[in-house]
Amino acid sequence: MNAVWAVCRRELLSYFATPVAYVFIVIFLVLASTFTFYLGNFYERGQADLSPFFTFHPWLYLFLVPALSMRLWAEERKSGSIELLVTLPLELWEAVLGKFLAAWAFTLLAIALTFPLWITVNYLGAPDNGAIFAAYIGSGLMAGGFLAVGSCISATTKNQVIAFILAVVACFALLLAGFPLVLDVFSGWAPQALVDAIASLSFLTHFQSISRGVIDLRDLVYFALLIAACLYANTIVLAITRGD
Amino acid sequence: MIDCKELTKQYGRLRAVDKLSFSVRPGEVLGFLGPNGAGKTTTMRIVAGFLPATSGTATVCGFDVETASREAKRRIGYLPEGAPSYPEMTPLTFLEFVADVRGLAGDERRRRLDEVIGLLHLETVLDQRIDTLSKGYRRRVGLAQAILHDPEVLILDEPTDGLDPNQKHEVRQLIGGMARNKIIVISTHMLEEVDAVCNRAIIIAHGRILADDTPRGLEARSRFHNAVTIKLGDPELMPAAREAIESLPEVASTELDENTGRVTAFPEAGKLPLAPIGELADSRQWNLAELHLESGRLDEVFRTITGGASA
Repeated sequence: MNAVWAVCRRELLSYFATPVAYVFIVIFLVLASTFTFYLGNFYERGQADLSPFFTFHPWLYLFLVPALSMRLWAEERKSGSIELLVTLPLELWEAVLGKFLAAWAFTLLAIALTFPLWITVNYLGAPDNGAIFAAYIGSGLMAGGFLAVGSCISATTKNQVIAFILAVVACFALLLAGFPLVLDVFSGWAPQALVDAIASLSFLTHFQSISRGVIDLRDLVYFALLIAACLYANTIVLAITRGD
Repeated sequence: MIDCKELTKQYGRLRAVDKLSFSVRPGEVLGFLGPNGAGKTTTMRIVAGFLPATSGTATVCGFDVETASREAKRRIGYLPEGAPSYPEMTPLTFLEFVADVRGLAGDERRRRLDEVIGLLHLETVLDQRIDTLSKGYRRRVGLAQAILHDPEVLILDEPTDGLDPNQKHEVRQLIGGMARNKIIVISTHMLEEVDAVCNRAIIIAHGRILADDTPRGLEARSRFHNAVTIKLGDPELMPAAREAIESLPEVASTELDENTGRVTAFPEAGKLPLAPIGELADSRQWNLAELHLESGRLDEVFRTITGGASA
């Protein structure tokens, strides 16, 4: 576990040693509030809740999270530092987990920095704070899911642009897995069970219930399993591609 | 102890390493020599646990690098080719990171960090970003990382590449100083380096071992081994002198270097022509500009053995 922590700390330090951290946080906060106030009509709705804020999170993450995850392994492979990392006495899964945790912790920090909105809505009315808290948890879990997908894809290439584009596409497909756009591709030929299985993978469906304040164990398990599966795949991809 | 048995690495149709077997014992400083593309780096990467071998096994201190990789890696200090590191970090944060992953803690961590920083003279650049450092400093940061945990086995891929002559000298001294109780494997294509630090050399080409000997032993394979090179003050006298030398029973043949005007006399097998040539020069009262004994030329042996092979 020592190694996981060391890798995680190094990765986090790197974010703040480069402009990546500051650019990401500023853009995230600006976009999150813009969406809330302009597209979400925060004031005009006249309701004391944060649903206009959380509704846009999946779409915000769709582009911002792959921008964060694209460098996780692609950069390491491109610069050759992966050779150094892999020959240190740690297991591949420890490196994968450490890097993922760093990226996730960083994303959670960005999400936490939206706290003024929470204060604002409390100032303006009497919202259901439990529901808002639940929605924050859901949002954080969803960001973790996006990150795990992106991290795994990043390990397949040395090119960060490719890692970014593939991650956006993969996340988009996962996001909309429960919607006709994705399901129509399968419904013509695949058995109903498979179509249902794909539909149940949808980020959006799982996020929507949490964002309304309902923490369902199934949704938590869904995100936990998704993250675990992606990180496991990430480890296997690395084991195969490390020397290329 | 490093023990490699029938190590093979296949890349598609290219066989980079071909059934390589060798072992290295404590106290040995093994120089890996070979043309570019010979399989030096691939072999080192397999032993360091970066690449899986296609077949064959490598063990370090009794631990298989694939099946007991963590135990093996604990005992290895590895400088990858090109000394990669994290450009946005500083040497200090980078070394601290390596210390943490290697599980160094407390006083020992502090002591080891201080020691390697001192050994590699990194004090003045500790807080500069690594991407702003010169190539020489980056290489030294890579070396510091490799010796941080005082490993039993050191694998250094071109440790002096990109260093200036003074730095090269220092790094070689550093390696020499650590050599007594460690296993050190370095790869290089600078032959003088083998002479300077190694007590054993393996020449490989196309993934196979072509020679495994001491540097002295390799030099002895040179046709220049025990040859004598001579130059007279008066170039007019050289043709006659060359004839006289050639007629000596200890001399097999002579060669004239047109550029320098030197004549080299190659010995008959097992003979030493230096003394007879000296006596000859004495008795004929040649005005000698140069007279020296060749120990053998590694570069020539290298070229002969590898047959100009490179990929």
